[in-house]
Amino acid sequence: MASVSLRNVHKKFGPITVLESIDLDIADGEFVVLVGPSGCGKSTLLRSIAGLEAINGGEIQIGDRPVTHMAPKDRDIAMVFQSYALYPHMDVRRNMAFSLNLRKSPAALIGERVAQASAKLGLNALLDRLPKQLSGGQRQRVAMGRAIVRNPKVFLFDEPLSNLDAKLRSTMRTEIKALHQSLKTTAIYVTHDQVEAMTMANRIVVMSDGVIQQVGPPLELYDRPANMFVAGFIGSPTMNFFDAVIVKGAARLVDGSLLPLAPAAWKEGREVVIGIRPEHLHFADQGLPATVTVVEPLGMSTQVTLDAADERVTLLALERPQLSPGDRKYLTAKAADIHVFDRVSGLRLN
Amino acid sequence: MPGQSLLQRILGQTGLYAAIACYVIFALLPIYWTIKISVTPQDLLYSEGIKLWPSRMTLANYTSVLKATDFPRYFLNSILVSVTTAVIVTVVASFAGYALSRFRFRGKAVVSLVLLLTQTFPLVMVIPPIYRIMGQLGLTDNLYGLIIIYTAFNIAFATFLMQSFLDGVPKDLEEAAMIDGCTRFEALRRVIMPLTLPGMGATVAFVFTAAWSELLFALMLINSESQKTFSVGLLTFVGKFAVDWGQMMAASVMALIPVCLFFMFLQRYLVTGLTAGAVKG
Ligand SMILES: Nc1ncnc2c1ncn2[C@@H]1O[C@H](COP(=O)(O)OP(=O)(O)O)[C@@H](O)[C@H]1O
Ligand SMILES: [Mg+2]
Repeated sequence: MASVSLRNVHKKFGPITVLESIDLDIADGEFVVLVGPSGCGKSTLLRSIAGLEAINGGEIQIGDRPVTHMAPKDRDIAMVFQSYALYPHMDVRRNMAFSLNLRKSPAALIGERVAQASAKLGLNALLDRLPKQLSGGQRQRVAMGRAIVRNPKVFLFDEPLSNLDAKLRSTMRTEIKALHQSLKTTAIYVTHDQVEAMTMANRIVVMSDGVIQQVGPPLELYDRPANMFVAGFIGSPTMNFFDAVIVKGAARLVDGSLLPLAPAAWKEGREVVIGIRPEHLHFADQGLPATVTVVEPLGMSTQVTLDAADERVTLLALERPQLSPGDRKYLTAKAADIHVFDRVSGLRLN
Repeated sequence: MPGQSLLQRILGQTGLYAAIACYVIFALLPIYWTIKISVTPQDLLYSEGIKLWPSRMTLANYTSVLKATDFPRYFLNSILVSVTTAVIVTVVASFAGYALSRFRFRGKAVVSLVLLLTQTFPLVMVIPPIYRIMGQLGLTDNLYGLIIIYTAFNIAFATFLMQSFLDGVPKDLEEAAMIDGCTRFEALRRVIMPLTLPGMGATVAFVFTAAWSELLFALMLINSESQKTFSVGLLTFVGKFAVDWGQMMAASVMALIPVCLFFMFLQRYLVTGLTAGAVKG
């Protein structure tokens, strides 16, 4: 177990900068999720920590050892790949024992560790099978087992669940989280799926274009996104955004309707973007005029799509509103539930 | 297939097997004919020329080839040259193919292009310069000279072959091995190599057969009886006024034996799909 710290990490592929000045401190035992759209540099960052990519600047420290220039094998980390990367010519037992065999651990210890890990992951019946004789979910487990057996300082996961079907994915999500709670090994987990990030992380790191946008516990990111990117990326269905101008401490939307803002030193006439999560929008007798376009009952809630202030708006209602397309309604939101961002920089203002 | 009548299915199957049978007959007939001639007594060779099997059989051709000619020596020379060439080429091509498959380095495109260019020269064009070079190095009339030339001529293609096999082994595997505690070389030896055995088998087989049946250079560079390979040796059965068909075919049949054994042995490495189950699924 160990902490991980990244100082000013830079990475380029040829002329293209993929990671720009990454600073991050991960505490011992923490489960940190790197999340961001495809191609934003998550895998590259993870692979840099693993030593599979040489970085062009900055420092990486695992525990109290600087590892910036160390080979992957000396960093004492384990990695679970999106493709699982099981050795196809070895059975499950040998796959799991591979790293310990390389270290010339005593046979008794290897047997014990493999037995422990396979019991934990329910792999006992599969130990003599080859990877090609396993289902996707079983391969995933073997990949986890191979990582656990080593008892490394840090677990690295690169989208380990993205090849599984939706049902298995949510089971494995819970399992990985439970596993982390029992092993308490520091884990860095990459995903592009914000639901995985929200449910698994102690802290989420949101990345975009090689830059860290915000770091924080899941609910903090949800409740107080630092900028429009994070606001739009975290949460499903996504946040509604409206262009607005500050008028007498309220937000005036493009159709002229006013939404109240929490009291603050608002500069009159400032151009902003306001963001409201779908579950924070409500029907009311007055407010923002909207026309219903689609009604989707989800059982527990109902998702309503409307046109308002030149935007397509999503509303999530916990009750079951009697609506049909074409209905004209009014929308409101509590002042405390409205996020305000600068129109140019996208940064949070309230 | 659903929706097909029984008759259609039977006809389809029959057609399929007929086509396969035609192909097999087409491919094997020359070999069959070689074997047939080799066991035909000299006096029946022309009188029963087009019969499928001679009315009498003899092994005389075989015994005289083995006892009365230098053929056993040619045979050993060929084995030495072909096996050595195949081993050297496969080892070098594996490493070169690995470099081309995995590393990005300056001049990589140029290296690939030059390798490709070497494949485009007609052989006859390069024989005179090669003859002179080998002469000055004292490597004419010498089996090592042949090994060097065969190695040089086969290495480019073998490198591309190995590169394509290595491209088929996911990069994740060696990265996983390197994280698990291997150096790059150990990852290559413990994970990548076992998975490219089919590729290496194919390369060995390809180079071995090419070297085994090569005639042009062997004919140009070798003079003395003791250094001849069997392909050159076969020509000794062509006399000024007649061809000793019986002995030539007997020698040919014996020359086929190592190639057949070789492929039988390699068969299990040539099966593909060894990497199945490595990734996804
Ligand atoms: N080996 C490489 N050579 C060149 N560019 C690369 C390489 N690996 C990744 N990239 C580029 O770096 C960027 C980040 O990639 P990656 O870290 O894989 O993104 P993510 O995992 O967030 O989807 C992408 O634009 C990708 O095209
Ligand atoms: Mg990725």
